[in-house]
Amino acid sequence: MNIVECTDVNKTYQQGQVQIVALKDVSFCIETGAFVALAGPSGSGKTTLLNLIGGLDSADSGDITVDGNPFGQMSQSQLAKLRLYMVGFVFQAYNLIPVRSAAENVEFVMLLQRIPVSERKQRARAILDEVGLGGKYDRRPAQLSGGQQQRVAVARAIVSNPSIVLADEPTANLDSKTGKGLLEIMKKMNLEKQITFIFSTHDKMVMDYARRLILLQDGRLADDRVK
Amino acid sequence: MTIDVKMAWRNIWRNPRRSILTISAIAFSSLLLVFMLSFQFGSYETMINTSVKIHIGHLQVQADEYLDKKTIGLVVPNPAAVAAVLETIPQVEAYTFRGQTFSLVSSKQRTCGAVVTGIDPRREAQVSRLKKLVRQGRFLSEKDRAQALIGKLLARNLRLGLGDELTVLGQARDGSIAATVVTIKGIYSSSIDEFDRSAIQIPLKTFQTVYAMNDAVHEVVIIAKSLSDVAGIKRSIESKLLALENQKPLRTLDWQELMPGLRQGIEMDLISGMIFYFLLILVVAFSILNTFLMAIFERTKEFGVMMAIGTTPGRLTKVLLIESMTLTVIGIISGILLGSMMTLYFQSRGIDFSGASDLLSQFGISGRMYPKLTMLSAISGPMAVWAITFLAALYPALKVRRMRPVDAMRAV
Repeated sequence: MNIVECTDVNKTYQQGQVQIVALKDVSFCIETGAFVALAGPSGSGKTTLLNLIGGLDSADSGDITVDGNPFGQMSQSQLAKLRLYMVGFVFQAYNLIPVRSAAENVEFVMLLQRIPVSERKQRARAILDEVGLGGKYDRRPAQLSGGQQQRVAVARAIVSNPSIVLADEPTANLDSKTGKGLLEIMKKMNLEKQITFIFSTHDKMVMDYARRLILLQDGRLADDRVK
Repeated sequence: MTIDVKMAWRNIWRNPRRSILTISAIAFSSLLLVFMLSFQFGSYETMINTSVKIHIGHLQVQADEYLDKKTIGLVVPNPAAVAAVLETIPQVEAYTFRGQTFSLVSSKQRTCGAVVTGIDPRREAQVSRLKKLVRQGRFLSEKDRAQALIGKLLARNLRLGLGDELTVLGQARDGSIAATVVTIKGIYSSSIDEFDRSAIQIPLKTFQTVYAMNDAVHEVVIIAKSLSDVAGIKRSIESKLLALENQKPLRTLDWQELMPGLRQGIEMDLISGMIFYFLLILVVAFSILNTFLMAIFERTKEFGVMMAIGTTPGRLTKVLLIESMTLTVIGIISGILLGSMMTLYFQSRGIDFSGASDLLSQFGISGRMYPKLTMLSAISGPMAVWAITFLAALYPALKVRRMRPVDAMRAV
């Protein structure tokens, strides 16, 4: 069963007087439980495509559905609710809330889902333990290393058991050892919890971990292969 | 506490210095508004009460058109009937009758025009401060017939002293010549130059005899128990006077109609005060607007992340409005409390205005002014602050609603 379906997706940006084609007639499907890398050089449209799949941005034309929900017909509020329950994000720059501790960052999604406080705390600590941050619950992002912050971001993305996690160059700011550790964690979550993972990356190590590689070149789908 | 309130409360204290400064600005403006409005209302009441108690009264019953024409023939023909009406109104503190006309008054050396007023000495003492204003000699008594009180400036102009004789010459109500000679029994000084320069008071009975008034009077002067009772008393008198049979048209006038200058002065002062208050509130509103725009610029990326992980734009707007309103409400409550305490302190001690005694003496006020804290003065200003800061906070909060997560996350 497909969790993501993209059909003839186009996206153009205006940069001053210049129009930049970010995506051109991109079509593909991703099945539930996949571990997919969207690869390509800088400017190939990876992040744009990830943002469109996450409903953070809207396509100029074409259809995107996630778990049967057509994004083109949904309001910002409906998209936000969909993201809350179905989509987890891991960003290249971690994007943790600086004034909240690691546990509170993880709890925030559950807070929005109105999960009772005791359950929130218990689940946040459990997932932080799982990503190897046991004992660092109360540290604020500034008190954690880049790798640790990205693990908090992964914990935040998966704590509410979303159907899909979108990771935008998750290892770009990490050394190879830390990056590998993070990929192991995500792979484990993918296998154990059947969460679909979609990465945008130009990191060879991430591509090696992915079971499917979608290659983008100048906004077009250049290759799509299952390993 | 809901999630939104918790989030807002936490956001407020992310930058404690800025939040405290914002709260302080709101509190200070609210404090200023409470005190200034209380001071204004207090001084107006003092001015009104002082002015009415010198001579005019809170209300007067007169013949219709007497206020404009001041003709001796326009009288209240049966003051006893009006008195009977007044006796039935519990808010009436005191009342008196007066006859009044313009005549020539002459001493041995000089002659000039003056308003001759016939007063009932016993009742007058309950209604006006005239008895207390007598600086030389004594106030009139009920037994007096050919005695008079005279203003200090008029006495000086006529070169009169206590015990001197004064000739009064005018026209009586029936058209005959009204003439009498009175002896100066007392000289008063009200600090209101016009009153001290142009009036003498003689016993009402003498006035009615000299001016052929029979039992009629020109004014029934009424003092209310409180300034706030005036409108109610006026309505009662008007309805009860209508019920009197065979009554010539009588009119009930309140202090605003009797002293339009004072009313206009108060209105002018109130308008200029309102302009000042509006500017003050505007400054606070810009301060709030600045605080929230800064908060939004600083947190744009964070808002983007929050939207990305599932926060709806409506919720972000709500949280921001809760933040702004929490700051405003804390500031306003602090301002009301501090402003009320300050007002109550000066309400009991007064504020020294001896430097402006010449100006204040026109209204018969001594060198001290007393603010008066009322519900209106304590609430109205801060409520205006609340309303305007709400509008000021609405703009940045709605700006967030239009944010797209992908753009917000690109913010530095």
